[in-house]
Amino acid sequence: MYAYDEIDRAIVSERVDEFRDQVRRRLSGELTEDEFKSLRLMNGVYLQLHAYMFRVAIPYGTLSSAQLRKLAHVARTYDRGYGHFTTRQNIQFNWIALKDLPDALADLAEVGIHAMQTSGNCTRNVTADQWAGVVPGEIEDARVWAEILRQHTALHPEFSFLPRKFKFAITASDHDRAAIKIHDVGLRLRKNDAGETGFEVLVGGGLGRSPFIGKTIKPFVRGRDILSYVEAILRVYNQYGRRDNIYKARIKILVHELGIDKFAAEVEEEWKQIAEGPLTLDDEMIEDIRARFIYPDYAKLSDSPEELTKAKADPAFAMWLDNSAAPHKQPGYAIVTLSLKPVGGPPGDATAEQMDAIADLADKYSFGEIRVGHEQNLALPHVAKRDLPALWAALDKIGVATPNINHVSDIIACPGLDYCSLANARSIPIAQELSRRFADPATGRLIGRLHINISGCINACGHHHVGHIGILGVEKNDQEVYQITIGGRADEEAKLGELIGPAVPYDQVADVIEDIVEAYLALRERPEELFVDTVKRLGVEPFKERVYATR
Amino acid sequence: MTSPLQKKIKIHGPSVVTANRTSDGVVIWRTADHGWSTDLDDAAIVRDGETARALLTEATADDVGAVGPYIAPVTIADNGTVLPGNLREQIRNTGVTIELPAQV
Repeated sequence: MYAYDEIDRAIVSERVDEFRDQVRRRLSGELTEDEFKSLRLMNGVYLQLHAYMFRVAIPYGTLSSAQLRKLAHVARTYDRGYGHFTTRQNIQFNWIALKDLPDALADLAEVGIHAMQTSGNCTRNVTADQWAGVVPGEIEDARVWAEILRQHTALHPEFSFLPRKFKFAITASDHDRAAIKIHDVGLRLRKNDAGETGFEVLVGGGLGRSPFIGKTIKPFVRGRDILSYVEAILRVYNQYGRRDNIYKARIKILVHELGIDKFAAEVEEEWKQIAEGPLTLDDEMIEDIRARFIYPDYAKLSDSPEELTKAKADPAFAMWLDNSAAPHKQPGYAIVTLSLKPVGGPPGDATAEQMDAIADLADKYSFGEIRVGHEQNLALPHVAKRDLPALWAALDKIGVATPNINHVSDIIACPGLDYCSLANARSIPIAQELSRRFADPATGRLIGRLHINISGCINACGHHHVGHIGILGVEKNDQEVYQITIGGRADEEAKLGELIGPAVPYDQVADVIEDIVEAYLALRERPEELFVDTVKRLGVEPFKERVYATR
Repeated sequence: MTSPLQKKIKIHGPSVVTANRTSDGVVIWRTADHGWSTDLDDAAIVRDGETARALLTEATADDVGAVGPYIAPVTIADNGTVLPGNLREQIRNTGVTIELPAQV
């Protein structure tokens, strides 16, 4: 966990006071909606179809049990008893009243949570691998660098009014769980030949109306130079990014139009002016941030405890263990993913009761720490393997032990037309129906890793372009229809999916997806060949034929 | 940018003016007696561009009470009931089409 200092606490507290006054002035009519809108957006407050939506940041996906309990409190006290974890390590409350928002923010501030950087044309919540700091083989804990970036970019006056929003993601592992290639700037920690820590810097990734995979702008930037380098990127973007057309305002468009070489040359020129200047990080600064991350006092435990061996005799436990527990860098411990994708449930939602129970379990089994992944699941990052059977029983009781992590029913979905004012079509009911069709865990296992991502509009909050199967809801003649892509992926081999054919109506989507999955099972060369690899080998044609031959 | 009120307003059938209540975001409809209601049945129905513009103009003037007023289509059932004219408006009227998690 990161420990906030007095400066952090003062900033958060002052922001609450400012917002309380702004809300008061709005409700009294002193501020018009035009004047107020940008102020509320700077505090994560959107207006959706039925109510205000409040988006709260969970920087680099790390929460303490006290913070999760406070989120449960907000859900229960000011909302309708649940929250929705998003694809960018945020949580959203869907029913909160404007008059209650200052109190909710004040309550969250007590535990160091806020809604800064969750909206507006600023640098947004910095996201990271949800397994950072605990996964074997990483270069180092990516969250240290995410925190350095967060501190530098939060309320940065030069970058609070960019042409458009700007998102960073960081990973330190070979396998990319943070989807860095679909962010404005993606950072991958590396070591150079001299053993120095630094970053491969990618730029210009993003989804939405014009999707692009990020390109490497510099293969290695030393850690001490990372702030000045990303500052140079932001300055070039701030200067040349288009402000005349919202659809062309993201950095991905600038990089695409200039070409990565010309863009890189511009950044290099800018960097020359500021490199080795005040933004250079010295070891002391880096160590100061690193020292604020408090790591658990792990015990020396057996990596194959008797309790675990015995419990594996229960097939249900064994299936969950195989699916939801991952290796930890510390022998005797595991990382446990909690599925927020129950059969028939809205992806990413957790009730206040579940949040409280998970906070208690985190205290009991995971040194009080919880992680939030962009796949809309939670994780307990430090669980002793001997405790896994007891933890599983407790998680099962509260409905977060569905053994479907990375399987076909572990679906990413945006709120869609049920909540969102931008959406054209519903996402959640499609996800719910698919999770019912693929409810049997044995089916999920048979199919293997398969990511279905659903968005209810072209803005792509559900990351449909990079789903192994992507589903995009659009509206045609007042009807919801869905475009289906296959072969996308969001990891280190990130790729945009390819459209398989004409859009299909709402009530046919689940049938079509079943057809695609059946085609895959028939076409794969061997059980280990993943869906996305079969698509890569064969292209979309055999799937297209299967879907449209009879429709 | 041109305000919606400065543009020519075309409507294709019965319409209403709807917005969200400022204090809590609840969906509201403009009524014939210059107020707001949370019940679509109470909404003032307009059938031509000029009347729609007038209703939208007075709704927009109430910046303290309502956010983002706009014209939305409706249909009128044989028994006179006012029904939302598309899925988006139907969801705004009757709520999400799914069971809320806390109710499961």
